[in-house]
Amino acid sequence: MSVLVFTENWDGQFKKLSFELVSYAKGVAGMTGTTVTAVSIGKVNETELKKLGNYGADKIISISNDQLTYLDSQAYASVIADVARNENASVLVISNNNTGKAIAPRLSVKLKAGIGSGVSKLPIKTDPFTVYKRTYSGNAFAHMVINSDIKILTLAQNSFDISETPNNATIENLNVIVDGSVNKTAVRDVQKQSGKILLNDADIVVSGGRGMKSPDNWGSLIEFASSLGAATACSRPVSDEGWRPHDEHTGQTGKIIAPNLYIAIGISGATQHLAGISSSKYIVAINTDKDAPIFEAAQYGIVGDAMKVLPELVNAVKELKK
Amino acid sequence: MKILVCISNVPDTTTKIRFAGDNSSIDTTGIQWVINPWDELSLTRALELKDASAGAIKSVTVIHVGAASSEPTIRKALAIGADDAIRVNAESADSYYVACQIAEVVKKEQFDIILCGIESSDYNGSAVGGMIAEFLEIPSVSAVSGITVVNGQSVMTREIDGGKEEVTVPSPFVAIVQKGIAKEPRIAAMRGIMMARTKPVKVTEPVSAEPLTKIVGFEKPAPRAACKFVDAENPAQLIELLLNEAKVI
Ligand SMILES: Cc1cc2nc3c(=O)[nH]c(=O)nc-3n(C[C@H](O)[C@H](O)[C@H](O)COP(=O)(O)OP(=O)(O)OC[C@H]3O[C@@H](n4cnc5c(N)ncnc54)[C@H](O)[C@@H]3O)c2cc1C
Ligand SMILES: Nc1ncnc2c1ncn2[C@@H]1O[C@H](COP(=O)(O)O)[C@@H](O)[C@H]1O
Repeated sequence: MSVLVFTENWDGQFKKLSFELVSYAKGVAGMTGTTVTAVSIGKVNETELKKLGNYGADKIISISNDQLTYLDSQAYASVIADVARNENASVLVISNNNTGKAIAPRLSVKLKAGIGSGVSKLPIKTDPFTVYKRTYSGNAFAHMVINSDIKILTLAQNSFDISETPNNATIENLNVIVDGSVNKTAVRDVQKQSGKILLNDADIVVSGGRGMKSPDNWGSLIEFASSLGAATACSRPVSDEGWRPHDEHTGQTGKIIAPNLYIAIGISGATQHLAGISSSKYIVAINTDKDAPIFEAAQYGIVGDAMKVLPELVNAVKELKK
Repeated sequence: MKILVCISNVPDTTTKIRFAGDNSSIDTTGIQWVINPWDELSLTRALELKDASAGAIKSVTVIHVGAASSEPTIRKALAIGADDAIRVNAESADSYYVACQIAEVVKKEQFDIILCGIESSDYNGSAVGGMIAEFLEIPSVSAVSGITVVNGQSVMTREIDGGKEEVTVPSPFVAIVQKGIAKEPRIAAMRGIMMARTKPVKVTEPVSAEPLTKIVGFEKPAPRAACKFVDAENPAQLIELLLNEAKVI
């Protein structure tokens, strides 16, 4: 029996979430008395693969196949399901990001395995197998029992601490043949942004709302973000107005993120906005209205005008770096 | 061509969630039920595609797995402009059960494009769409933020980490949609509301299927520490607290 964890890489380097996933899988394996097998799809070299051992993987299966260059949910699910069967996996751990959301439901049907989606903690218990799962867009957490023999857990990004438990992992290169009948996604064009800190991966996020008044005022917000090495985000009206790009919108109908620090500037804190950021470890609010609901979610706050406060914050960070 | 839009019936997004029966269920008194925000947008996009198709897209059908009490939500989808509706008469036990029911309907009725939302705002499963596709053994494209149909071929934009891809798959397929799919949800006009009353809602009985999961209890998110205020005249103090107290910068 094993816990199978699906890792993801970006141009051959594992994403941080892969180490979170392996750490989580190690935790589950500890509870179920099993071992951890990590699967990697893509061209990842041996030194990089070995890294997964540092977080508790006992065995690493590396699959590198040109047919799997682009994500096809059906093809990926069939490859991973085969590995899961061979490894006699009782639990599968997958990210709750876009890739994971594409693959996990298909694996669920293939393996007749119930999904605990968006988990952020280790299972509450293993008999019956009960997980702690986000529901009602973060307004409630459910205790959900998974009754199937095989369980799939999708882990919310940034929610589980990476822990090092070095293991001397064995690496196996697996050749797979992908059946064309289950690999039908044709990719015509790819646009990648480079050099930008990805919102979902960021440890610190600086976000602006309608209280920023005009897109012309974003200069100091961006300067503040870059001084902290933070990604930038915004509330929905801001992206609806076209002040900021759509991929920055956080909330119920935007991105759901869980950085260590979320700084909300000129954001009132509507439930729909909080739904996307309430799992952040620390929330900071800067708002002229001392009664704004965002202060109920925040641990630190400044009641003040963003236009005045932001330049001073930029200076304070500069001072610090000296 | 025919489009099927899966709609889930969820509490209005501003609802304060309260628990009932020893925290084993949600107290539904006073809750306003609405179409899941993503599904409202995917319905909007389906109708836009139909309007622009010069008759090539024959119909937009909505499907819901749920009890008769969710009929108002189905009527709302018809008022917005769906041509007809199917309700599978069963409580939605879990995503696996729901997807199995929808797949059974699709096997009999044949749709070219099936649209699902990326997640329901209550169950947050992000699962039903992909499961339907796997039950039917057809392609699914996830995180779709744009879809057009050109000469019968669907072209989609999907979000990947740090970018976008333009992809095509042969029909039939499931598209799992997210932000960007339509700008604003289409709103029901008076005429639509009148017409919705006479549009057909087909009620079918569920096939037998076994849910794989069960929610046994709920808890509130852990309360957060009260906000510590920093004087607006001295913002530098915030940076100091973040550095030395919270240790997050
Ligand atoms: C179905 C549905 C889904 C939704 N999904 C989302 C979502 O995903 N994400 C989202 O963000 N919203 C979402 N919304 C919208 C949400 O309800 C709010 O309308 C929105 O979040 C408000 O954005 P805001 O805080 O930027 O603006 P406002 O509510 O207008 O708040 C502006 C704030 O700025 C403050 N302010 C003004 N001037 C200054 C200044 N000089 N300095 C500092 N502060 C100042 C004000 O006191 C106020 O608190 C959704 C709504 C619905 C109905
Ligand atoms: N009971 C239901 N009936 C019809 N469609 C549903 C139902 N539940 C979920 N869906 C669809 O599946 C999507 C994802 O839901 P979920 O997997 O619950 O997060 C929703 O946006 C709907 O499109």
